[in-house]
Amino acid sequence: MMRDLFESALEKLFTDHVSAASVIGGEDGTWLAELWGVLEESGFALASAPEAQGGAGASWDDLFPVLLLCGRFSLPLPLPETLLGNWVLGKCGIQAVRGSMSIAADAELILDGQTVSGLLRQVPWGRHVTQVVAIVESDEPLVVVIDTAACSDQRLSTNTAGEPRDDLVLKDATPLFSAPLAACLECDVLKRGGALLRSVQMAGALQELLQLSSNYVNERVQFGKPIAKFQVVQHQLAVMAEHVAAARVSAEAACVESTDTLASLPVMAAKICASEAAGVGASLGHGVHGAIGFTHEYSLHLLTRRLWSWRSEYGSATYWSDELGRAVCHAGALQYWPSITSGVLPQ
Amino acid sequence: MSINQFNYCRIPADAEALRTQVRQFLQQALPDYAAERRADSWMGFNAQFSRKLGARGWVGMALPKQYGGADASAFSRYVVIEELLAAGAPVSAHWFADRQSGPQILQYGTPEQRDFHLPAICRGERYFCIGMSEPGAGSDLASIKSRARQQGNKWILNGQKVWTTNAHHAHYMIALVRTSESDSRHGGMSQFIIDLTLPGITVRPIKDLTGSKHFNEVFFDNVELSDADMIGSEGQGWHQVTAELAVERSGPERFLSSMALLHTLIDAVGKAPDRLQSREIGRLTARLFTLRNMSLAVTKQLNDGHNPSWAASCVKDLGSVFEQDIPEIAHLLSETLPTKTGGTDHSRVLAYLMQQAPSFSLRGGTREILRGIIARGLGLR
Repeated sequence: MMRDLFESALEKLFTDHVSAASVIGGEDGTWLAELWGVLEESGFALASAPEAQGGAGASWDDLFPVLLLCGRFSLPLPLPETLLGNWVLGKCGIQAVRGSMSIAADAELILDGQTVSGLLRQVPWGRHVTQVVAIVESDEPLVVVIDTAACSDQRLSTNTAGEPRDDLVLKDATPLFSAPLAACLECDVLKRGGALLRSVQMAGALQELLQLSSNYVNERVQFGKPIAKFQVVQHQLAVMAEHVAAARVSAEAACVESTDTLASLPVMAAKICASEAAGVGASLGHGVHGAIGFTHEYSLHLLTRRLWSWRSEYGSATYWSDELGRAVCHAGALQYWPSITSGVLPQ
Repeated sequence: MSINQFNYCRIPADAEALRTQVRQFLQQALPDYAAERRADSWMGFNAQFSRKLGARGWVGMALPKQYGGADASAFSRYVVIEELLAAGAPVSAHWFADRQSGPQILQYGTPEQRDFHLPAICRGERYFCIGMSEPGAGSDLASIKSRARQQGNKWILNGQKVWTTNAHHAHYMIALVRTSESDSRHGGMSQFIIDLTLPGITVRPIKDLTGSKHFNEVFFDNVELSDADMIGSEGQGWHQVTAELAVERSGPERFLSSMALLHTLIDAVGKAPDRLQSREIGRLTARLFTLRNMSLAVTKQLNDGHNPSWAASCVKDLGSVFEQDIPEIAHLLSETLPTKTGGTDHSRVLAYLMQQAPSFSLRGGTREILRGIIARGLGLR
């Protein structure tokens, strides 16, 4: 099964190439070119592109363990974004993009003849990648692939984990490729897709957080015994574990149910549950680690600083809760349970 | 890693096909069922409804066809159960027989016990209650004192059970009692199938704070049982009790207790919620959707013959937090005054479930016990 092959191959690759030192090394603007090269050579960057395009035609179900591993290992590269970008391009009949790529879910673009102008906001690794996928909104939305060399200006920022989130300005830029947005995709597919990515990444980071925390409390001895023996510590980790499980299942559901298109209700539920779990997990994780967990030297912050940003990206729990709540209230109580069992929101 | 027990799965098509049938059945069987009755959820007792359900083949589904069951998969039973619970149908009468007593008799019972009880269970006509807790033994179940002393081929039972749901309605009790001395804390206990009409048994209903009588005290004064009443072997009691916990703790009943209130709340809020209302209801919806998927993941494990007691404990604890949050969030979202009598459907359901809510994290294993079990599964104990 493709999913199992992906999982074992990528876990080995990450174990060999992605250390805490490399994660730190990739912070605050350093581009890990060699590691990106390894990912491209492995074929993972193209996994979501159709086979006819040289990809693996992987579904989100197949990609679930890939994204989970990106979260577990705090991968400081836009592999998730490249997978989403190539998935969208594949659906719109645009050839798969080689090289580094990111997405602009928040874009204000105006099409003028053959060129686009405007602003791409909060592009992950925008300053480093060679291409960005964006959507020009109009009556007939257009998917475009922008060459970042054509950007006229940049406004750089980083999130709490030091991951680049850059605004790119375009002035009369000619896209490398463009095509009408496929009918099966919504205008905000990049935002919903980004929500899916971050949900699974958070689930992976949370899993790692739980493991790290469990190991620590079994090792740290105070008052003559491991602190794991204290009931209050046990219960805190139990609560963490429940949230980690919820994040994992909701993220997996969102992947499995997103076949031809992104499954609206499961994706929203995943982003909401994973984002909540992120807050609970980070708080409890630091709580049980004590002072050592607060240091730069110890690896806990690599996970928690990502959780603190990823939960806000592509719509926070509040954002998606608002949308989901409006939808179910509008549909009424009689439709409520049927929506839950079908996984489909009433129109 | 324990977390890997949770794998998302879809309900197989043959099980899913039951859903429409159950919905149609409910429309006919409970046409004008009051909102407050729905709020009773699986505590609503209705023998006639249980028999109707049995006639449709939806009680004891997992039991073999030779006993009147359907040899159904865990998923088929799940679909039927969750539709009944989401609608607040009165399933209490047959609930324990269907969920645990029937399967327990199937697994550990003699052919005579199976032939005697299982067909009646499947018809929705035989009702069981579970005798576990005692005044001195709640969370610490192993400290029970009720004792059956052997006298020839008879066992003389003395003791007391408490919090026994439906003992005042049930025909039989499966009770955990001491039958021998043991060095081990969990040894020396056995289970008996007790006919509640036997002399020496007194059942006294306990009124809860809402005025409902679901729980009971049950007193045993020199009750004569025979060898044939023991289920499984002597000393096997603790094992039997713990073996059923994964089933008992993972089902949809562990997060659907407040569904009636969620329904009346959505009605009360209406089609144009304010920001606070939409956010809170959206959040609840995401949690419900995910809890259901977690529960299904556990069901898959059960269906595959595993014993996912760790994962089941996670579902139950998270589920009871969710159930208890619903009355609090309903209170947060509007100025509706909860009413014991009078008012609207919403105000009465709000009042009822707000008062019932503390029991959600007490029954079937308290919050503290469950979190200890989860911690053990993480390797912390």
